[in-house]
Amino acid sequence: MSEATETIEGFVKSDYKYGFVTDIETDSAPPGLSEDIIRFISEKKEEPEFLLQWRLKAYEYWKKMECPGWPMVQYPPVDFQEIIYYAAPKDPSEGPKSLDEVDPKLLETYDKLGVPLHERARLAGVAVDAVFDSVSVGTTYQETLAEHGVIFCSFSEAVQSHPDLIQQYLGTVVPYTDNFYAALNSAVFSDGSFVYIPKGVRCPMELSTYFRINAAKSGQFERTLIVAEDSAYVSYLEGCTAPMRDENQLHAAVVELVALDQAEIKYSTVQNWYPGDEEGRGGIYNFVTKRGLCRGRRSKISWTQVETGSAITWKYPSCVLQGDESVGEFYSVALTNNRQQADTGTKMIHSGKNTRSTIISKGISAGRGQNSYRGLVQIRKNAANARNFSQCDSLLIGDQCGAHTFPYVEVKNTSSKVEHEATTSKIGEDQIFYCNQRGIETQDAVNMIVNGFCKEVFRELPMEFAMEAQKLLDVSLEGSVG
Amino acid sequence: MFKIENLHAGVEGREILKGVNLEINAGEVHAIMGPNGSGKSTLGHIIAGREGYDVSQGAMEFKGKDLLDLGPEERAHLGIFLAFQYPVEIPGVNTTYFLKSAVNEVRKARGLPELDAVEFLKYIKEKAALLQLPGDFLKRALNVGFSGGEKKRNEIFQMAVLEPCFAVLDETDSGLDIDALKVVSNGVNQVKSPDRAQLVITHYQRLLDYIVPDFVHVLYDGRIIRSGGKELALELEERGYDWVIESASVEA
Ligand SMILES: Nc1ncnc2c1ncn2[C@@H]1O[C@H](COP(=O)(O)OP(=O)(O)OP(=O)(O)O)[C@@H](O)[C@H]1O
Ligand SMILES: [Mg+2]
Repeated sequence: MSEATETIEGFVKSDYKYGFVTDIETDSAPPGLSEDIIRFISEKKEEPEFLLQWRLKAYEYWKKMECPGWPMVQYPPVDFQEIIYYAAPKDPSEGPKSLDEVDPKLLETYDKLGVPLHERARLAGVAVDAVFDSVSVGTTYQETLAEHGVIFCSFSEAVQSHPDLIQQYLGTVVPYTDNFYAALNSAVFSDGSFVYIPKGVRCPMELSTYFRINAAKSGQFERTLIVAEDSAYVSYLEGCTAPMRDENQLHAAVVELVALDQAEIKYSTVQNWYPGDEEGRGGIYNFVTKRGLCRGRRSKISWTQVETGSAITWKYPSCVLQGDESVGEFYSVALTNNRQQADTGTKMIHSGKNTRSTIISKGISAGRGQNSYRGLVQIRKNAANARNFSQCDSLLIGDQCGAHTFPYVEVKNTSSKVEHEATTSKIGEDQIFYCNQRGIETQDAVNMIVNGFCKEVFRELPMEFAMEAQKLLDVSLEGSVG
Repeated sequence: MFKIENLHAGVEGREILKGVNLEINAGEVHAIMGPNGSGKSTLGHIIAGREGYDVSQGAMEFKGKDLLDLGPEERAHLGIFLAFQYPVEIPGVNTTYFLKSAVNEVRKARGLPELDAVEFLKYIKEKAALLQLPGDFLKRALNVGFSGGEKKRNEIFQMAVLEPCFAVLDETDSGLDIDALKVVSNGVNQVKSPDRAQLVITHYQRLLDYIVPDFVHVLYDGRIIRSGGKELALELEERGYDWVIESASVEA
């Protein structure tokens, strides 16, 4: 077994070792989904009536839907009545008391990834307050943001403090009717993040869930909403390159972005959840709906994602280009190793005039991994002079893996131009030998070639994130070559 | 310094090298000539340790070490270099980054401290000037979109940077214009020293005007059928290979 797999497996096992899955106190709902459960969740969170009604409508709608069967992924059916939809935040004292109690293999991975020491404790689930002054760091950045009028808080907090904004924007980009998992999420979502950038403000720092240390764990049905008012700018980083402890198998998040006139939202994700072992046992199912609405003139939304984790990934961060001259971008690296499956891509919906979109997708398959790119470029009737450029490259390592590309193009406006390029290459034995001959070992050669392949996407990530992402790919590829 | 004895090697049951003997001492330059398909590149690959060949008989040693037991990167760490007849492209990896990894891997293997980015840049800029490389060369992805001649020049540049003890140059002259040929030969001659050796594979005696060999060998059908001094190359140029092949078959 490869070192990387072992490390991650060790970390997942440690869940049980430290009793993270022990009985939880009274404050949880029983497994299963019903109207009562939804009322229970909403009441626990002291939500306003409009939100409860919205959840209930979503639930009614979801009941009539069927689990989608079209992605190129295979997994046993999920029993939705077995899931616990509400669990009170856990008492941190149940976790390991210090890093000494954490599985050394997990720490080794952090070491390889260069995760700062104080972050390791938090990621490993150590009761953070004991080792890390979360309050002071939290407040410093909260103050800076407040000075600029930026709101950045958990979704639950926002429901209490800014119900008007939530009511105004929730579901305007991803309605609950959108798809099976979006409907489910709308009915039962637990928590997530809320960001609001007022008119003309350039958010003074990169916002990251990574820094949102005070927020309760968001759980498996996360909901994120980001609104950028006229001429506002924000760069948001989701996730973290280090493997997170997580006991939920099914993740169905929804992310909605709204950009008004001349606003720009840059959303970067690094996803590194447990991918399962070499035989594909365990591992997270990651079914996410992410969509950005370029509502205003000359607005811009760009998605950058590096996906290396999860057993199954199923996500299509999309842009609806409604405002004239708005711009959508999608930069993606998806890596599948061992038995991982990824079906990912994007949708670019052009409805405004002179709208432009760019899609750069890099799929890497190793081991028995299966990687599919699925993308839709839709140019609607009124989208005069719309432009799209798509480039989908696949890289294969070994001969038991697969890469698939499904580009869909629908053009209803004749003045538009859509270009699509696709390549599939294999890391050649001659490339490896060339590197070996210069003194570079095979695994390092593979890492170098893979990183070169992903360059155009890494360039879009914020600097430190790009370096982390590069290291993450190296760790994820360990043992991928004989 | 380098010695091959009765080397038999092939692929998939087909024998390509059929008993090669070759001894090269420090400070010497040897040239190998021979018709297409005679096994010259195969010999170069086997010296460098490429996988996929069956070595059925024979021995190969370098500085007293048995080479056949070592992987290609280990041979590189010992100071063996191959300038490829067909250099490969590596998209997205720039030449500087690639060479820095290579140099530092070799240094690590020899117990030397790694060079940092500043030291390394200074070092390769000198080498690049030596080979009159255009400025953007170092920033471009390795060999991607390089012309045939540029690729060859890049091979010699890499050799100059890595300063190997034993370099095999596989048809480095093919595809070079006259000026480039001079620049490249000059680069090769700069690397030359009493403790280093070179094996130059070529079809043209022209190269040997610039890189003067101590010995010339003719490889034909997997065997060295004649060896001589540099005048052998001139004779081959004038008369072709037939007479060598004929006299070899008479001897056999
Ligand atoms: N991997 C391989 N599979 C099958 N045959 C091979 C392989 N490698 C080399 N050969 C064969 O071995 C013979 C020698 O090839 P090699 O490339 O060593 O010739 P060469 O002397 O370098 O020729 P040239 O002057 O054209 O470069 C050729 O007939 C070639 O087709
Ligand atoms: Mg050859």
